[in-house]
Amino acid sequence: MSDTTMTMSGSPEPLKFHVEGDHHVENGTLLGFWLYLMSDCLIFACLFAAYGVLGRDYAGGPSAAQVLELPVVAMNTTLLLLSSITYGFAVLEMQLNRRGPMMAWLVITGLLGAGFIALELTEFAHLISIGAGPWRSAFLSSFFTLVGTHGLHVTCGLIWMIVLLVQVGKKGLIPANKRRLMCLSMFWHFLDVVWVGVFSFVYLMGVLP
Amino acid sequence: MSEHAETQHDHDEHDEHDGVSGVHATLKGYLTGFGLAALLTLLPFSLVMSGAFAKSGPADALILFLAAIQIVVHMIYFLHMNTKSEGGWNMLALVFTIVLVVITLSGSIWIMFHLNNNMMPSMMPDPRNLP
Repeated sequence: MSDTTMTMSGSPEPLKFHVEGDHHVENGTLLGFWLYLMSDCLIFACLFAAYGVLGRDYAGGPSAAQVLELPVVAMNTTLLLLSSITYGFAVLEMQLNRRGPMMAWLVITGLLGAGFIALELTEFAHLISIGAGPWRSAFLSSFFTLVGTHGLHVTCGLIWMIVLLVQVGKKGLIPANKRRLMCLSMFWHFLDVVWVGVFSFVYLMGVLP
Repeated sequence: MSEHAETQHDHDEHDEHDGVSGVHATLKGYLTGFGLAALLTLLPFSLVMSGAFAKSGPADALILFLAAIQIVVHMIYFLHMNTKSEGGWNMLALVFTIVLVVITLSGSIWIMFHLNNNMMPSMMPDPRNLP
């Protein structure tokens, strides 16, 4: 044991943790990424629980029915759902090893996602401008935290998408890039699942009389 | 039946070649999922936006029910969940997470609801009677 350590610390060559040509462990990455998504799911469960508890505490401020606008949310939901199917098309092109169409679908997905974020930021800015910011009431605090955390995840997905586009552009559809594309696919579809909960629980149930 | 088995086999070989295991994405699957998801989104939105609901009680239940179905649709058609993917560990992690999510959600709301009830002014001891 000590011998190994001596060799390691005394070796002039840098340590290599990933040996080139080493076979990637089967059944590894996708399961591990799924476990990460499940932990993310628990974070959202806590935020949903907080909203469920605090969502009707208006503290004399505006209620959900007064400030939330359903047409904007319907537009948002459409963009996110469309981006899910376009990512699906990108995965199909990936399976056929067609790099150009895959990247085109990925760009379209990214644009739809960017549209979603833009609409959400507009909505937030509007709420803050009419004095319904996260500091106004417990309802608005939990609303901004829940919806904002989802938006932050989508933003991270967009950054990841740009990075992947660069990687695929440089190295092509190598197995490592395909693995990454499948992980981002899970991430992206998972965000759509969370959004189903958000638009149902927060928006639709919030504006009901 | 045999045709289906053959297609499955082809896919397996294809995936092995790609180095991406356990994923069988098909155009039909994605389009089915998208159609169902669009329908399950359109339905609650149109119902709420048309003002068809006068009382929130049954509407809440319907909205949550449709959302639950849509989440299952997304899981099957977009996330490719089944009992066999990744040797069943995927499904095991999902079931464990669902248990935790249910405990977190129902537990929080139940406790806070009772806390609200017990903190009502009527439940407080009258300050004049205190020593």
